[in-house]
Amino acid sequence: MLNYIKLIALALVTLLALIAANYARDLAYLVHAILVAVVAGGLFIYHLRKVGDKNVAPQNEYNDGLIRMGVILTAFWGVVGFLVGVTIAYQLAFPQLNFEWAQGYMNFGRLRPLHTSAVIFAFGGTGLITTSFYVVQRTSAARLWGGGLASFVFWGYQFFIVLAATGYVLGATQSKEYAEPEWYVDLWLTIVWVAYLVVYLGTIMKRKEPHIYVANWFYLSFIVTVAMLHVVNNLSIPVSLFGSKSVQVFSGVQDAMTQWWYGHNAVGFFLTAGFLGMMYYFIPKQAERPVFSYKLSIIHFWALIFIYIWAGPHHLHYTALPDWASTLGMVFSIVLWMPSWGGMINGLMTLSGAWDKLRTDPIIRMMVISVGFYGMSTFEGPMMSIRAVNSLSHYTDWTIGHVHSGALGWNGMITFGALYYLVPVLWKRERLYSLSLVSWHFWLATIGIVLYAASMWVTGIMEGLMWREVDANGFLVNAFADTVAAKFPMYVVRATGGLLFLLGGLIMSYNLWMTVRKAPAKEPLVTAVPAE
Amino acid sequence: MSKKPVQKGKEVETTGHSWDGIEEYNNPLPKWWVYIFYVCIIWAIGYTIAYPAWPGIKEATPGLLGFSTRGNVAEDIAEQQEKLGPINAKLEAAELTEITTDPELQGYAVSAGSAVFKTWCAQCHGSGAAGAEGYPNLLDNDWLWGGDIEAIHTTISHGIRNEDDDDARFSEMPAFGDDYLSEEEIDSVVNYVMTLSGQAPNDASLVSAGAEIFDAECSACHAEDGTGDRMQGAPNLTDAIWLYGGNYDALKETVTYSRYGVMPPWSKEASEAGRLTEAQIRAVAVYVHQLGGGE
Repeated sequence: MLNYIKLIALALVTLLALIAANYARDLAYLVHAILVAVVAGGLFIYHLRKVGDKNVAPQNEYNDGLIRMGVILTAFWGVVGFLVGVTIAYQLAFPQLNFEWAQGYMNFGRLRPLHTSAVIFAFGGTGLITTSFYVVQRTSAARLWGGGLASFVFWGYQFFIVLAATGYVLGATQSKEYAEPEWYVDLWLTIVWVAYLVVYLGTIMKRKEPHIYVANWFYLSFIVTVAMLHVVNNLSIPVSLFGSKSVQVFSGVQDAMTQWWYGHNAVGFFLTAGFLGMMYYFIPKQAERPVFSYKLSIIHFWALIFIYIWAGPHHLHYTALPDWASTLGMVFSIVLWMPSWGGMINGLMTLSGAWDKLRTDPIIRMMVISVGFYGMSTFEGPMMSIRAVNSLSHYTDWTIGHVHSGALGWNGMITFGALYYLVPVLWKRERLYSLSLVSWHFWLATIGIVLYAASMWVTGIMEGLMWREVDANGFLVNAFADTVAAKFPMYVVRATGGLLFLLGGLIMSYNLWMTVRKAPAKEPLVTAVPAE
Repeated sequence: MSKKPVQKGKEVETTGHSWDGIEEYNNPLPKWWVYIFYVCIIWAIGYTIAYPAWPGIKEATPGLLGFSTRGNVAEDIAEQQEKLGPINAKLEAAELTEITTDPELQGYAVSAGSAVFKTWCAQCHGSGAAGAEGYPNLLDNDWLWGGDIEAIHTTISHGIRNEDDDDARFSEMPAFGDDYLSEEEIDSVVNYVMTLSGQAPNDASLVSAGAEIFDAECSACHAEDGTGDRMQGAPNLTDAIWLYGGNYDALKETVTYSRYGVMPPWSKEASEAGRLTEAQIRAVAVYVHQLGGGE
């Protein structure tokens, strides 16, 4: 019965997408409509051929097929995202790289959202979905709930990435940072995300463990909050059902505040809470040590999710935003400092008694430096939210440096650590293909981040000081173009740092690939669900 | 990875749960962590009492210190205006030609004009005023509309080719490709113009024919010898300075299609689009005048 509903729905979607393609008012919408028609049509044929087959998927094993696919795609999107990042970093240093023939498709303005979305949503998002599916199964001792729904979430999210990325290059954007995709892509993501929540909750409800492990609290808070943020910030009315353009429901300062409530909590719940979930599973696993403090994990979890949600206004100091909202944003950001550091303490102190592993295990080293960068950027963030500091740092490259020490250092490194842990486990290999390649990755990435962050501090503070420099009469001394020219050497250093980070990502992909291909197989120990 | 036996802390016990082999110690919260957290919270309460913070139904608490970012800006502006009011008034009252002879006024005008230039003019003329293709270089002594202080002041106030300001500088070279001259005639005159500035022509056989066409069609504005006419904003064609390029292709483009560069009117008095006060315009005029080419 379900199969017939599926077939009818897919046929209907294919038909509607073709009708939409026929009436399309712009190129992005046309390409997207055709993409939808092709994918839905392909799925229709796939399901049609399977009608009558008996469902033989084993129900007493972990659903690891998706997770293997997720590991591959996370590494893939990582390399893609870093590559676009390096490209736009060089475009900033050498504007000639905005080639004439690529205008309107590959110039900085089009590639910049492609980079941010590729690293945050494609690399980070796929990493989060993949690890969360892995962790929730292992720590609940239960197979993913919902049967095919998990596949829908996984592949539906990948389809979202493709729609978003092609949309940017073709010029479909609602111009909200980190929320650029247009209305129909947003609607699709909402459906996928709700399904994600359902699968996740379903798995937790049927768990065989008496308690819910801390990693799952973080993953769950990430899923729930991102759903809320996404829906509210993307409230918009399409200009036409057959076009990509839409108009925001909020306007002016309300729109700005909604955007940065969303934008900051994308950092807070996507890049912090979600990745803390990752940290809470993979660090104790890799270190083979108990988590440092259960109490700390409770307190800092609730403090973090309660306080983070109010910190958004610090993105709008000295704007049309009323002073009271600006004050609250700053105050909550500073109170957030310790709750953020709770995660760092729990991560680092978990290694007490196992510090010797830093010498022998480059994966642990990667995880430790990741937590270190987490601690550093969660100190830097509250500091930059202070109005007086912000008046210097805002709109400068300091912000870019801050974001990247968090994104490359914390999100990147912890994800690399998780991937290095997962591949031997998922492909049943005894060990990784090469630990010395992991060391190479570690050092290239670390030096890359240091070059990146340091150059952005220098150029950010320099540019902030140049902007506010006045002569004895109170007149501005520098033209904006003077500050741009002064930044050139630091832009080259930054791009080079990014290049090293990309090289590290390529080495990791090679190492993981060779692990699957060449590393010795492990004798199967555990095949069925380990019931506690 | 060899599985080592988990070494438990001496006194601390785990909570007793195990998830996929992960246990949790029952360690207490680190003291320093708790204390810093408390200090932050107490500071936060104090800060929100001192500064505007808590929203009510109609308005937010104003804070004990009376802090306001808009208030601060207004104070800064008022202070600046009070400080600079007298000298701005003096600048506005002075004869344009006398400003350069008064060291105090001249020094002030250059520093104020430099800021105006960097804010409003640098986008086209470059932050160093060296211009770009289509945007005149202001450092040399080649002026389309005159380079004395009064001419510069007029150009800045009213701009160039503004339909809504009758005092704007206005000139329009015909597009000779518009059924005016044949392609061959354009080719000839371009070759002739190249010789005016001492360049080797593209095709020397066309130069004499071009000279005749120049005499008939171009000399009314650019003068018979090609040195141009400032009254009409017609550029001098005999030097090496070219607004849109002086090579064969650029000249051919210019003669065929003409050029129509515009500059906005900056004076608030002259135009609704104007953004600058008289004192600012005078300051930036003095600044441009002293860059090197002022007459």
